[in-house]
Amino acid sequence: MLKGNKNLVTYGMLSGIVMLAPLFFAGGYLLNVLVFVGINTLLAVALNLLLGFAGQISLGHAAFFGLGAYISGVSTATYGVNPWAAMLLAAVAVGLVAFAIGFPILKLKGHYLAMATLGFGIIVYIVFNETVDLTGGPSGLSGIPSFTVADFSFDSDMKNYYLIWGITLVAIVLSANLVNSRIGRALRSIHSSEVAARVMGVNVRLLKVQIFTLSAVLSSIAGSLYAHTMTFISPTSFGFNFSVELLTMVVIGGLGSILGPLLGAGLLTLLPEFLRTFQDYDIIVYGLLLVLMTMYLPGGLASGFTAMCARIRSRFSREVVKNAQG
Amino acid sequence: MTGKTGKSVKTAMLALGLLLLTAAGAWSAPPIKIGGLFSITGPASFLGEPERNTAQMVVNEINAAGGIKGRKLQLIAYDTQGDATRAVQAATRLIKEDRVVAIVGPSTTGDTMAVIPLVQRAEIPLVSCAAGIRITEPVKPWVFKTAQNDYLAVQRIYEHLTRKRIKRIALLTVSDSFGSSGREQLKSQAKRYGMEIVSDDTYGPKDTDMTPQLTKIRGGKAQALICWGTNPGPALIARNAKQLGVKLPLYMSHGVSSKKFIDLAGGAAEGIILPSGRVLVADLLPKSDKQKKALLSFVRDYQKHFRAEGDHFGGHAWDAVMLLKGAIERGGDSPAAIRNQLEKTRNFAGIGGIFSYSPTDHSGLTKDAFVMLEVRGKDWALLK
Repeated sequence: MLKGNKNLVTYGMLSGIVMLAPLFFAGGYLLNVLVFVGINTLLAVALNLLLGFAGQISLGHAAFFGLGAYISGVSTATYGVNPWAAMLLAAVAVGLVAFAIGFPILKLKGHYLAMATLGFGIIVYIVFNETVDLTGGPSGLSGIPSFTVADFSFDSDMKNYYLIWGITLVAIVLSANLVNSRIGRALRSIHSSEVAARVMGVNVRLLKVQIFTLSAVLSSIAGSLYAHTMTFISPTSFGFNFSVELLTMVVIGGLGSILGPLLGAGLLTLLPEFLRTFQDYDIIVYGLLLVLMTMYLPGGLASGFTAMCARIRSRFSREVVKNAQG
Repeated sequence: MTGKTGKSVKTAMLALGLLLLTAAGAWSAPPIKIGGLFSITGPASFLGEPERNTAQMVVNEINAAGGIKGRKLQLIAYDTQGDATRAVQAATRLIKEDRVVAIVGPSTTGDTMAVIPLVQRAEIPLVSCAAGIRITEPVKPWVFKTAQNDYLAVQRIYEHLTRKRIKRIALLTVSDSFGSSGREQLKSQAKRYGMEIVSDDTYGPKDTDMTPQLTKIRGGKAQALICWGTNPGPALIARNAKQLGVKLPLYMSHGVSSKKFIDLAGGAAEGIILPSGRVLVADLLPKSDKQKKALLSFVRDYQKHFRAEGDHFGGHAWDAVMLLKGAIERGGDSPAAIRNQLEKTRNFAGIGGIFSYSPTDHSGLTKDAFVMLEVRGKDWALLK
């Protein structure tokens, strides 16, 4: 269950903000960007479970995202499968792949784990690129249908916004529940010390593979959502760069925090849009901001956010006290 | 209190005055906004940068010459980084926020395919600068393109080979969208020209050594080698081939038709034959050539503004902006009118070739858009 009323209020407020946001952006292009913020948040939540809580790095998460997108895309566009069924199919298939490669890969630690996941990501990217007959190769796969329910088609930004954010919010709440449970504590114990965790009776090997699989499945769902929203996919969106971008979102947002992924994904997706005013220099400003943030907010945006709230609260209460005295 | 009010009144009057001043100095009508989507950074920046530069240069020139029917043209260009997601975001911004009447670009086939569903739904004409055949086949009502189709280049090469009585060829193509599209066309058209493909190899866009593929080709029965890629791969192939002593005539694609290729390949470039748009040889063209005037003005202006040689990629953007200008001049600035007028464009002599669009053809060029060039003495020579 959710821990106490405080969390309930937080999630209630969050859902409220998310559900009402489109009213302010309706018809504007920012709504389109917010759709991608939703997808990236889902991905960051998935990666955060693995990296933030279990402490296992992955430089290949774009591959799971891409596999989800391509399985969804190819099965619907080429073989006429229903998009919902395709999403399920993709999630199951990616789950199986992650489970299978999880056992050998997660034996590795630190840099070696990073290398192995990096290798996996690159292999998958090459497969997307080279199997031209199946995936359409480098020039992409088009003609992917949108999600539909009876006659209702999710064909506009507004409809997709609610679909994607609905799923993302559910994922956030579920992941919060998970990490506050017995399993969550076991995950954090793995993060601190695998040996200690094993001594305490945690099945480290299996649990790592399980969380890796869950993370991959969530990424695959994000991939399916992406494919059916964009109605077009090409390999460049699922390369190494995107894996690194995801990692940056999680780290900038705040490792091991529930709202961190949301803040990180939101910032990294929206920032380039606001920096367009700098024209050719936007990349420099972008990089500079990231450096400053990692220097001054080492715990990520989530911790900075909490610290700011605490400061405001303490100042407020001090003022209340002062007023009461005065 | 009074002092404060007085100050704010003064500020307001100053602002009003400034506003009037700028309004008087500016054009009476609001500018016509066109959007640009270019991969200015990222792996395809070699396309996007010259395209953005050229588009801005052409727009400035049009405005300096009095605009279109007295109205200024405004280009709003965004960087897609060669990434489909960013291309879609930028296109959405152009359509919904900036409310452009037409879009130039994107630079790559992938980005173009990604934004097509969007422009089709929003009914905004798009003139792509990418070459992929899937952009305009099948024809989509709102989508046009200026880059030459790959199969036109393939036809030129095969015609040249036929004239040289070469029948057996080896292919070496890069595994990106440019290479895979070329490979597809080379294979599908081989039969029509009676070509026999004796080997079909690929290389990665970041590979630094192609000797394994070339060794295999050298041992085969091919009479000529056709290589399909963009810089720097083909230059490495030319060097490797020379080192290995491959004696086969080497054909390249229009993907390397820039001075940079000769610089990269050095002496190994000598004797290489390739199809190319006319822009490289603008000064060598006969006076009767219809494109000569446009070509010379493009090359001269690009040199003046950017101190670099104008290339095909810039040319695609030049054509796109000029085609839009023509359409707006004839039919006004509503997206639907621009689309209809674009489709009626006939015999427009641009940089890429002579464009004639029709309801069944939105790529607008024939194989005459290409000439065959040979590298001689570190420069281009026009082949008959």
